[in-house]
Amino acid sequence: MTTVIKAPGEAAAERSGGGGRRTGEGQNRRSDGMALNVFSHSFLAVWAILIVLPLFWLMLGSFKTDSQIGGSALGWPSNWHLDAFARAWDKGIGDYFANTMIVMVFSVPLTMLLGSMAAYVLARYPFRGNRLIYYFFVSGAMFPVFLALVPLFFMVKRLDMLNSYQGLVLVYVAYSMPFTVFFMHSFFRTLPTAVHEAAVIDGASDTRIFFQVMLPMAKPGLISVGIFNVLGQWNQYILPSVLMQPQSGSDPERYLLTQGLIQLQQQMGYETDLPVLFAGVTIAIIPMVVVYLSFQRQIQAGLTSATLK
Amino acid sequence: MSQVATSRRRVGFIAGFLVLPLALYLTFVIWPYVQTFGYSFTNWSGQSPTFGFVGLDNYTALMKDEVFLGALWHNLLLLLFVPALTILLALFFAFMVNVGGRSGAGGVRGVRGSAFYKIVYFFPQVLSLAILAVLFGAVYRSDEGGLLNGFLIRLGLVDPAHPVEWLNEPDLVLWCLLLVVVWHGVGFYLVLFSAAMQSIPKDIYEAALLDGAGRAQTFVKVTLPLLWDSVQTSAVYLGIAAMDMFVLVSTMTSGQFGGGPDHHSEVMATVLMRNFLYFGKSGYACAMGVVMLVLTMILSLVTLRATRRERIEF
Repeated sequence: MTTVIKAPGEAAAERSGGGGRRTGEGQNRRSDGMALNVFSHSFLAVWAILIVLPLFWLMLGSFKTDSQIGGSALGWPSNWHLDAFARAWDKGIGDYFANTMIVMVFSVPLTMLLGSMAAYVLARYPFRGNRLIYYFFVSGAMFPVFLALVPLFFMVKRLDMLNSYQGLVLVYVAYSMPFTVFFMHSFFRTLPTAVHEAAVIDGASDTRIFFQVMLPMAKPGLISVGIFNVLGQWNQYILPSVLMQPQSGSDPERYLLTQGLIQLQQQMGYETDLPVLFAGVTIAIIPMVVVYLSFQRQIQAGLTSATLK
Repeated sequence: MSQVATSRRRVGFIAGFLVLPLALYLTFVIWPYVQTFGYSFTNWSGQSPTFGFVGLDNYTALMKDEVFLGALWHNLLLLLFVPALTILLALFFAFMVNVGGRSGAGGVRGVRGSAFYKIVYFFPQVLSLAILAVLFGAVYRSDEGGLLNGFLIRLGLVDPAHPVEWLNEPDLVLWCLLLVVVWHGVGFYLVLFSAAMQSIPKDIYEAALLDGAGRAQTFVKVTLPLLWDSVQTSAVYLGIAAMDMFVLVSTMTSGQFGGGPDHHSEVMATVLMRNFLYFGKSGYACAMGVVMLVLTMILSLVTLRATRRERIEF
């Protein structure tokens, strides 16, 4: 393990130690530090293994045969064929993936646009009822989605938008509104007024100032909320499982990825083709791994700041 | 004159920017919330357009509904253990990662590879609950093919002829689900606490070190009080998650919308969904929604109150 290797700062600090007493103390502390390091690392490593192992094991499973999975959990796959992936794709994983993408291509930009517009006006234009509307928006974040579920279903049904992309897009946007408004509101408040005034003197209209000056300046905030919304909507399960069900036999199946995976899980329980299920999940995980590893810094910072605000 | 024109244009601008977001929000969020309260006093089935007003009948029926009360109890158990376990583990790891590598005169620093740990730990956060459900469904399988049973059998702790029925064992099922939530959450709160820890000036630690404070002492006397705000926020978030639990319970456990075996993993959300979509008791389900709302609000208030401390400025 690398824990025994002395950090450069540590060694330097030790060398600079002057009198006998201090050196002795430094020595003492140093060994103490090393013991603690091993202690820290062993705990940290155990948890890291607990995170990686199940995921790795699942991915391996998509290369196994069904009897191999059932027989022993710890075996290594005997073949490295990709046919489970092909079968998972045929089972609709590709379509579910596409459905999720279609919804999000519209819902995320619309969430960001409408949320920012409302937040901007509320943050920078004093008018009668401003606070009221702001609290009205923000209070929605306090309530559990379950509270609204029953009437929401019938509302969407009345609008004839059950099992439709546009219906789900509108619902996603509406439910992302409280947090987006809340976060962007505090962000727009921190932007300097001088820029705004300069733009007014230059004769720019309010709308133009928003799109060409304020929105670009709010980019860091937009990224934070954007990540929050992308992950939130990508992982949403309850709303689509209530709103995206075929309403009749002729209705197309518009399941999203999360729904599709759960459905696959139920099917595979009967058909006993676990490699397909594992392959389906692997297909769903891999883009997340790629996106996460490429943007992990932004994702961590974005989610953290979005939560702490 | 131009003043009036400007202000009129401004009113138009404000209204124009607010109208769409407000309309969407009112239609799909606020109005359904309000309706829920109304429906909770009716015997509406959800299918027929007609229904009668039944006053508080749904609520009194809830108080006698064994399944719902059991679910409520499970939610309260989760409410206690999910935040406690997640926050403790996250704090422990965050302290290791950020201060764990400290050594004598070299100052305070995190362990080597702290960035690596943060990357790995955080990853579950980007996975959907549906993926977690499938993943842990496989981990908890009740035969030799399950990861957990596979290990225990290999170690000789479990008889291969009788593997543990994790999710079918009445006394185990809730704890199995709890561990999934903790597995999912620890990394996120580790990063959250790390961010807060990094904003603590290093000289505070160095002063504590000079005063001869040990690691545990430093943590309790220095780190924890300065992190209190984040801990409090985390407790509220985790509490809200523990009130929900719908996805994991409905997909990982047996029964219509989960809750099995024999209602031992039932949570309020699954009872609500079953009454709404399966039994066609929409009014009754709405009453459950209202109870969940009231409990969530109480929970947030209590958490914020109970953990209130004097704010430490630094």
